[in-house]
Order: sequence, then C-alpha cells, then structure tokens
Amino acid sequence: MRHFEIDREQGSVTGKNARTSTYIGKSTIHESAIKQVCGNANYIDDNAEPSNCLHAYPVLAPIASGVITNIDESKALALPGVKRIFSAKDVPGKIDIGPIFPGDILLTDKEIQYHHQPVLLVVADSYETARKAARLVEIQCDESKPVIDIEDAIAQKNWVRPPHSLQRGDAHTAIENAPHSIQGALHIGGQEHFYLEGQIALAQPNEDGGMFIQCSTQHPTEVQHLVAKVLNQAYNFVTVEMRRMGGAFGGKETQGAPWACLAAIAAYHLGCAVKLRLARADDFRLTGKRHPFFNQYHVGFDNNGVIEGAHIEVNGYCGYSPDLSDAIVDRAMFHADNVYYYPAAKIEGNRCKVNTVSHTAFRGFGGPQGLITAEQIVDDIAIAIGKDPLDVRKANLYKLGRDTTPYHQKVEQHVLLEMMEQVEENAQYRKRKAAIKAFNQQSPVIKKGLAMTPVKFGISFTVQHLNQAGALVNIYSDGSIHLNHGGTEMGQGLNTKVAQIVAHAFGIDVECVGVTATRTDKVPNTSPTAASSGTDLNGMAALNAANIIKDRLISFIAEHFNVDASSIQFTNNQVQYDGGQIDFGDLANLAYLNRISLSSTGYYATPKIHYDREKAQGRPFFYFAHGVSLSEVEIDTLTGENTVVRADILHDVGNSINPALDIGQIEGAFIQGMGWLTTEDLQWKENGELASFGPATYKIPAIGDTPAEFNVELFDSENPEASVFRSKAVGEPPFMLSVSVWSAIRDALASINDYRYMPALDTPATPERVLLAVEDALQWQRQNSAEKSA
Amino acid sequence: MIQFLLNETPQAVENCSPNMTVLEWLRTKIRQTGTKEGCATGDCGACTLLVGEEHSDGQWYYKTMNSCLLLVGNAHGKHIITVEAVTRGMHLTPEELHPVQRAMVECHGSQCGFCTPGFIMSLLALYINHEQYPGQKAVIHALGGNLCRCTGYSPILKAAEKAYEYERSQEPWSAMAKAFKQTLNQQSTSNTPSLINGQSNFLLPQSLNQLLTLKANHPEAHIVAGATDLAIEISQQLLSPKTMISVTQTPELTEVIETGSQFTIGAAAPYEKFVGQLCEHYPETAELFERLGSTQVRNGGTLGGSLGNASPIGDPAPMLIALGASIELQSLEGTRTLNVEDFFVGYRETVLAENEVITKVTIPKRSANLTLACHKVTKRFEDDISTVCLAIAIEHKNHVITSVRLAMGGMAAVPKRASQMEQQLRGAKFEAQSFTTAGEYVSQDFQPLTDVRASEDYRLKVTRNLMQRVGLEFCQQIPTSLRIAHASL
Repeated sequence: MRHFEIDREQGSVTGKNARTSTYIGKSTIHESAIKQVCGNANYIDDNAEPSNCLHAYPVLAPIASGVITNIDESKALALPGVKRIFSAKDVPGKIDIGPIFPGDILLTDKEIQYHHQPVLLVVADSYETARKAARLVEIQCDESKPVIDIEDAIAQKNWVRPPHSLQRGDAHTAIENAPHSIQGALHIGGQEHFYLEGQIALAQPNEDGGMFIQCSTQHPTEVQHLVAKVLNQAYNFVTVEMRRMGGAFGGKETQGAPWACLAAIAAYHLGCAVKLRLARADDFRLTGKRHPFFNQYHVGFDNNGVIEGAHIEVNGYCGYSPDLSDAIVDRAMFHADNVYYYPAAKIEGNRCKVNTVSHTAFRGFGGPQGLITAEQIVDDIAIAIGKDPLDVRKANLYKLGRDTTPYHQKVEQHVLLEMMEQVEENAQYRKRKAAIKAFNQQSPVIKKGLAMTPVKFGISFTVQHLNQAGALVNIYSDGSIHLNHGGTEMGQGLNTKVAQIVAHAFGIDVECVGVTATRTDKVPNTSPTAASSGTDLNGMAALNAANIIKDRLISFIAEHFNVDASSIQFTNNQVQYDGGQIDFGDLANLAYLNRISLSSTGYYATPKIHYDREKAQGRPFFYFAHGVSLSEVEIDTLTGENTVVRADILHDVGNSINPALDIGQIEGAFIQGMGWLTTEDLQWKENGELASFGPATYKIPAIGDTPAEFNVELFDSENPEASVFRSKAVGEPPFMLSVSVWSAIRDALASINDYRYMPALDTPATPERVLLAVEDALQWQRQNSAEKSA
Repeated sequence: MIQFLLNETPQAVENCSPNMTVLEWLRTKIRQTGTKEGCATGDCGACTLLVGEEHSDGQWYYKTMNSCLLLVGNAHGKHIITVEAVTRGMHLTPEELHPVQRAMVECHGSQCGFCTPGFIMSLLALYINHEQYPGQKAVIHALGGNLCRCTGYSPILKAAEKAYEYERSQEPWSAMAKAFKQTLNQQSTSNTPSLINGQSNFLLPQSLNQLLTLKANHPEAHIVAGATDLAIEISQQLLSPKTMISVTQTPELTEVIETGSQFTIGAAAPYEKFVGQLCEHYPETAELFERLGSTQVRNGGTLGGSLGNASPIGDPAPMLIALGASIELQSLEGTRTLNVEDFFVGYRETVLAENEVITKVTIPKRSANLTLACHKVTKRFEDDISTVCLAIAIEHKNHVITSVRLAMGGMAAVPKRASQMEQQLRGAKFEAQSFTTAGEYVSQDFQPLTDVRASEDYRLKVTRNLMQRVGLEFCQQIPTSLRIAHASL
C-alpha cells in the first residue's frame, strides 16, 4: 500500500507544487456536461430496451402496521398484458436484504411494518399495465396501531439497534458546578432526497444463469451481492453496471438495491429482461429519507459563555429497520460538538423504531442533526448571558490544549478562528449586525436576522473496512486511456476529478482519458460512493494504478533509450528524457511492441484511522473539513414566511483539484440544506401514511430561493494529511453551512424582544413554525411586561 | 389523426392512446429520450419542451410547456421542439453549441444533468423571446418551474446572462413551421381532428358550435384545456377517460377582448395570453398570477380549467370573486351567466350541467376609487399551491368603507366570500383597526381543515394577520412585504 507522500518526478504531488500543475486545480468542465445539455447523456430509462423487455411494479400494503389475512390477485391477473405476480415464496434465496443488520424485507408475506410496504410484484408487458395491475390486487389485513411518534418509541424503548454513548470526563458534575446552565430540545425534520432521476433497475438474465443489472445506485457492489443472495447464486454470477445517476445524495446508497433485486427475481423466473422504475409518488413512499431527530441537551457554562460540561441526547427516527441507522446515529453523536470543545461530555444516541419506511443515508449522514444541536446550544448561551452569538462561538472553538473530542480524537488542524474572522471582516458582520438591529427597531412587521455558523465535519467512513478503493487503468497502444474505478458518478464530478488525476500522472490532456461506467466486473469489492470519500479513495487508487504503469514506462524508456530514469518527465502529451522526447501515443505503441504491460489495477486504503466502538475511543476520522457561513434573512411576523437575502461562505477543500466542481458542491449543498431547514416539510398522517408524497406538497428550493447575494470562496490552505494532492472531501461538509439560515431566523425572532429571548424553532422553519415562534416571543413579552409591572 | 411538427419532422399520429402525454409518446413510442420524466406532475420541469403556435399575425411564437401535462391530442397543429434539436451532432465542442447550451457548460450549470434538458428548453424560450438579457427577475420567472437538486441554481442564473455574450443564434424553426402549416391546411378537411383508440376518443372541435354539439352527444366527456389537472389524474390516479373534448382549438373560447368597461377572457385562453393586459389594469393581481404555477403551467393553464375543476385552492377564484367577475356557461340550449361565487356548490362540484361548457369569464374594469389587495401564503415562493389566498376589493368615501368584496381560497371546500368579515367592514371607518377587527370574525366565515400544507389554527391566525396587513397597507402605507429581496433584483 502506498500513500503517495512523494512523487519522484514532479516533486511533491501531494504538496504545494500540485497547485501549479496544468491539470490539478483547473476548473475542467464536467465530463458529461456537453452531452447533458444536448439531451444525449443517457440514464438507465433512456437506453434502448432489450427485446421482449417486461416491466415490474410492486403491490403495496394498504396499512402501516398489522398482519396480512388475505390477498386476491384475480382482478390484476385478468388485466390484459399481465404476465405473472410474484410473492415472497418466489424468492429463491434470501428475502432479507438488510445491508449490515437484518430487517429489510424484500416482499412481505405476513407482517406489515410501514405504509405502502411492498407485498407482491406484478410483471406485465408495459409500465402502465404493471402499475394499473398492482393497484387491482386486494389485500386484507388485521390492522394494529402504528408507532409514528418518536416520544412513544423512546418511552417504549423501541429501538432498531441498542443505544450507544460517548463519554469524556464527568459531564454531570461539570454541569452541576458550572455558574450557569441551560436545557433545551429540538425536533429536526427529515428530508426527501428528491434526486431528479427516480429509482430504477433493469435486470437481464445471462446464458449461464447469472444476471446483468443496470441500476441507479451509489453502491454497485452491494447490489451485486444482494441480487446474488436473493437468487441464491455466487457473487460472480451477477454483474452490475452504473454509468451515471440523475442525483443520489445518499438516497441510492442502499435504497437502489430492492428494485434491482425484484427485477432480478422476475427476470430469473421469466427468462427475459425486466425493468422496474418507481413513479415519483411511490419513490417518496417507498424509499428512506434523512432521519428526523429529536435532541435534548443540558449544558453548563461560565460567565463568558464558555462551556464546562455538556450532556446531549440524540434520538433518530430510524423507521422500521436498522438499514444504516446505527452508523447514522453514531455520526450524529460524533458531530454533536460541531467545532466546540466540551471539557466534559456525555453524548447519548438512541435508534428509535417507528412504523415508517426505513430512514437512510442522506448527505451528512446524521452529522447535520448532531451539529445543529451544538449550534442551538451556543445561540441559547449567547442570549442567556447577553453576548453576541459570534463571540460565544469563538470562545468555545477547539484550540491547542482544548482539542480532544468526546470520542477522544485530537483535533489537530485549527483554522476555524481564522476562517470566521475572514468572513466577519469581508462580509462586514459587525456593521451589518448593527444596521439590522436599527432596522428591526423601526420595522414592525418585517424583521431581519444575521448569523454566522461554522462547520467541522469528520472525513472517513466510520465503518473502517469501507475506507478502501480500487481502480483500473488501461493504456491502449495509441496512448488513449480507459479509466475505471469503483466510485459512481451522481453529478458530483467524480469521474472528471479522477480523470484529471490520471491525466496529471501521465502529463497528457484530460480529454485523452476516457471514463467509463462503473462495473463490478472491472473493479471488485468496492465501497459505496458515500461519506464524501469518492475522490479521496478512488482518486488515490487511480493514481496508484497510473503510477504502476508509469514506473514500467520509466524503466522501459531508461533501458530502451539508455538514459537515466531521473531525467524522464511526462508533460504536455510528451515524454522527455535526457537527449530526446517522444509523443505519449508513440511511447505507448513502442512499449506495446516491446511487450510492456500497459494495464494495471490500483488500490488504496485510508491510513491512520482506528476506532474502538466498545470504548467509544479512537480516531474515526482521517481529517476534518471546515467551513463558515454567514446568512442574512428576513421574516414576516404576520405570516411566518421567510427568505434568505444574502449568504457568504468560506469553505475549506484543501488544495482544490477542480475549483468549479468544488464550488458547485458547496453552493448546491448550502441550498439543499436551506431547503431541509425551511421549506421541505415531510408529514406523516396518524395512520402512518406519508402525506407529503410529491413535489406538489413537498417543496425543495426553487430558483428564486437562491439568495440574491451569494458569495462563495475557497479557503486557501492545504490538507495537512496526505490526501490526494492534499485536497479535501467536499460532498457533505458544506451541507451544514445552511445551519446559519436557521440560526439567522432565530436571530430575527430574538429581535422581537430586543435579543433578550430567543424562541425555540423546530425545523423545517416553515411559515407555520416561524409564526408559532413569533407567538411564543409575543407571549414572553406579555409575561415579562406583566412581571415587570407586578 | 393528430398532426404536428416534431423538430424538423412532420408527425401523423393515429395509433396512440388518447391518454398519452407527449412525454410518454416521445420516450416510449419514438424513443427520443432527451426529454426526461422527473415527476410526471408538472412540478419539476425536467420534461420541458417548446411548443410553437401560429398567432393571428401569421407569426409563430414559442413557449415552454411540461410535456408530462401535454396530451398528444393537444399537440395538433403545433410545432414541438425537444432538446435534441437545439444543436444536432456528436462530439461537439462548447463553441459548436447553441448559446444557451454553451453558457450552461461554461458556467458549470449541470451536475447530475437530469434536470438539464428542461433548463435548456426554458433558457431557450427566454433567449428566443428576448433579444437582450432581460434581467434576473425575468430569468427567475422563466425558470421558476424547473427544479434542480444539485447546483443551488447560481451557475444557471449566471448562464442565463452569459448566453447573451456570444454571437446571437438565429433559429430556423418558424420557417419550418410555416411550411408545415401550409401543408396541413391544404390537407385539412372539415373534420374534427381526433385521436381514436379502441374505446377512447380525444376530440378537438374547431368551432363553438362543433364543441356544443359534441358535448351534447357526449355528456360524460371530460372537457380539457391545458390538462394541467387532468393529465395528473391520468399519470397519478391512472384514470383513463373514455372521451375527452379539447377546447384548446375552439377560437371563440380562446379570445381575449378588452373594452372600456371590462375584460372578456375566453375560458380556454392560457394565462400567458391575458395576464399581461389584465395586470396592467389591476397591478395588484400581478404577484398572484406570477406565482400561479410556473411559466410552463401558465402557458397551458386556463381560467376555464381552474374554475371548472372547482379546486378549493385555485388562486384565480378568490381574486375573480373580489373583482365581481362573472362566468358564462353555454350549451346547445342556451347561455347563462353567473357570478363566479355562485358557480361553486361543494368540494370540486359546480353548477355546470352535463351538456354545458364554460365559455368565458368577464371581469369588470375598476371603479374610480377601488382599492384592491391579493395575498398568497405558501411554503415556497415559486410554484406552490396556496395555503391561504385572500383577495379584497373595497371602495371608500369620506373615510368610510362603502363597499367590500372579500374572498378566500384554502379556507373551505370552495373558494368563498367572507360574508361576516365583509359585514364588519361595510360602513366601518377606513382605518387600519377596522380591518384588524373584521379579521377577528374569520372563524364565523370559515372552519378550515388541517392538511399537509398547514393546520386549521395557522390558517385562521394567518387570515387575521393578513387582515391586519391589509389595514396597514391600505390606511397607513406601512410596507409589510417580505419581497424586498425579490423586488430589488
């Protein structure tokens, strides 16, 4: 295993020199951009269907909790075009497709655990017929009362996995002994991924009983494994291909697999290709979402607002099964400190079981729900001691000597104070804060708010074995390159960045590197493209593969031209050596003729990380990514409507491999987070049915919601750890920059009582919730003036 | 047979379900898959395409529509342009692309790319219809119906402006469309264009008389205009209507006539055809219309459709009621005219008889001292259905309110006048407090439901607060609008 601390030819690849490279640090356009704007970038449903392709659609349970007593398929079977209806008993192998822990049932034949749970699978000659037939199946049930409310689940100790806690010092005593303490709670809403391309899979049987699957998934290897298991076959019977997804955001890490498994079962029995595509409303109902949370805290602090002890409990709504919830609640716990040092801490996490779809990965993976709790704590402390929240935030930052997290990892890079000061100055925080206070005093209806919130996000899968990757680089004899790696492209530009890395290694144009669909038969045993790790892992693996071939080419040149290896340079599509140069394409051909292998795999495993979950101690994260955002909002105190008028962001991506793609991730993540905290309102009815099941009632941000002034900058610093070209992961961390929007809304609410009282504000901060908080502020005002006059 | 021009190629469609949308037809029948299905409910814009039609001046005009809401039958005589036709060719460089495509590439406006074809089509419509960059407000207006989950929209906003920095592209399409229309006119007989497939029919009457006769013969038929509701019932509830009669090509129903005293708006005139002149006269209604659906929806949607569906949350109804508008219904037996508020009888129920169709809506022009306000409260500003919609029109003389019409949507099973609140205001002093006081009577007028958009409590509270706002704005000129940010663009 190599970590590329040093590149022999071009100085330090991982160091400062990389920034002056032609290929690294360049805003290369997305590899598919031209195809995308022309409409010829194909997604699975766009490809020509195999002949005789059939269409499958699940039959859905009519209740959220209970037992099936009778099923009548006759009307569905009578519909012309219907071929077969499959049930649990038609599954040749395993029926439970839980990715880590059991619990995710492909088709249920008895117990129903959430509304619209798949019961049967209809296969027909068209998509429309399959959908119609699925609705004609009549299912009778004995219904029992579903558990939907988290407080019921907590009271009943109804968990999908056992509780877990982090502890450092004696939080209880520290809080008791502190001069001040506060308690609080926060309900945090979930979030629908709303990838524009819905879940889809196409299964085609092979001649040898195997299966070829095309699936919109972040985790082709897991789909391969699960399809093999449900078909009772070895893994090598199944090949999964994934060219690109129309968005994923975590929603296709585990949630893509059931549809591939169901299509495969139908294809296996019927001997022909079968496609399964969920209609949008069913995609909403049948796939997991960001976990809603209910968090509580008790914190002690001194007269300057410096925290002395924190006791935080996070409770995740996991839905009916574990799925990835154990790791998601862990990550919420790992981020319940955000950037703040707790001298003594107890962080508890519960994984609550409720009768909904099983909640799953979503950009941030529990981190946002932990982090926002820390931000509520510092805002509440600021109000309690009458200080500016920014000063309380600064006073609590990790710094040298105050640098151990509740999970005992040391924070080694301290850049946040500098970053916060940079935003404070460039975006004129103090001046604007004063202007806003003056505005609020003379504006009876509209109130403005301003808040700066920082982000520290741990990079690495907390499940250690996932921190590995593989890649395959083939150079053809004309010098063109075929690049394949285990990561998946969902819009983030992973393929573009990895191609830049390989182009850099060979000193050739990025256009000479062809990226291809992710396939389980090219690179095996891959990890999901998740945890922001895509470039860190796959970029390193590809660089490793490239350097293996490069080493061979260097030895070949040295021998063939009888020159010193140290004189050889790969640059501008040429290879220069002492006394001559050769075109890269010609070199490839010459090497081929001289029987030099031009193909290699590459492998990478993240160093340094370790974590003992029993003891809740270790170093789960290779490094941390940082960011700071400042948001200005306006709220309407008559309706609760609110809008973000300006946002300023400074984000740390280390040495950026592609600044345009990185800024794209930052802007997109911020707006997606803003949606999570404001307009995106998931609602379940009392009977467990999802009430907001489509874009007519579930509102993701539209173009007019983008702040009128939106400034995004990259922080000038390299990753102190030896990541690929000293860059940092960027997918998830900036999502949490949006917390400043919610904090700014609270700041506007606090202005109602001249910043002496800040109402609680559950999320999403819809007009209704903001108006409730306004009423709360007015109630406090009445009480306070009554007390004063008494 | 239904005939239309698809990009460069005339199409004659016969063997096709009348329930089929153009989106489904493109993707499954002729396998042109550049146009994407994101939601199939007209909310995301991924399936946006351009629809060209000939106007009375003989010119062709192109506007965006959601192909998931465009029934194949409604494409008759139109020119459909899809993303594939914007720039033809393989292995293109950015310089070879159409300016809107090139700008999107160079501004990094696509990430996952699934919404991108829809954005390209909306940007293209903006580009075709504006010689010069029209400013960010117009861009937001044009793109409000296109959702992107990846970019946060910043690069797309930049691309909309950057497209104007390159050499201007001239589109060849109107010439093709004119040639197509000429051929179509030569072929066309007096028949009603139609799509007939097994048991189901889609009929496109070309005159009011044809329409009324068809409706008399098919009393069960669905009358369809922009299909912005019906197409959703087809894609979501899997409804298969047997007979659909489209009024989109009935000239008498698509006219807009402005006289000195009133606007007469054909029931099948799409919003975009009349909101400009109506809002010039009633600028207070502009925000309501700008926020009604999206540009794609307003390019298809009609007043006849909104009123005929009797949605309790349709935005035009409260405004029409407040303005004292009337609705005309016609059948072979005759014509009747009703006040808009008398048209609704219950949840999605109207007085429309089986053989009747809505033909027009008449809106009187404003009296000299009319004061009007329209307020819409939603979770999201763009393209969202009202939680509460309030429209109030008053007249006052010598500081006394002399007349009042106050109507609300989202508060009852039908859009409805608030008679108790009106009574409180009538004869009251023209001062802010009168409106606040009237607002206290909201629960005598309405017992709203709790649903996914908001609770009963919120709806009542917001109504009281909106009344307070109306008072502050009417009488004290205190600005209470949040849209400072939007207005300052």
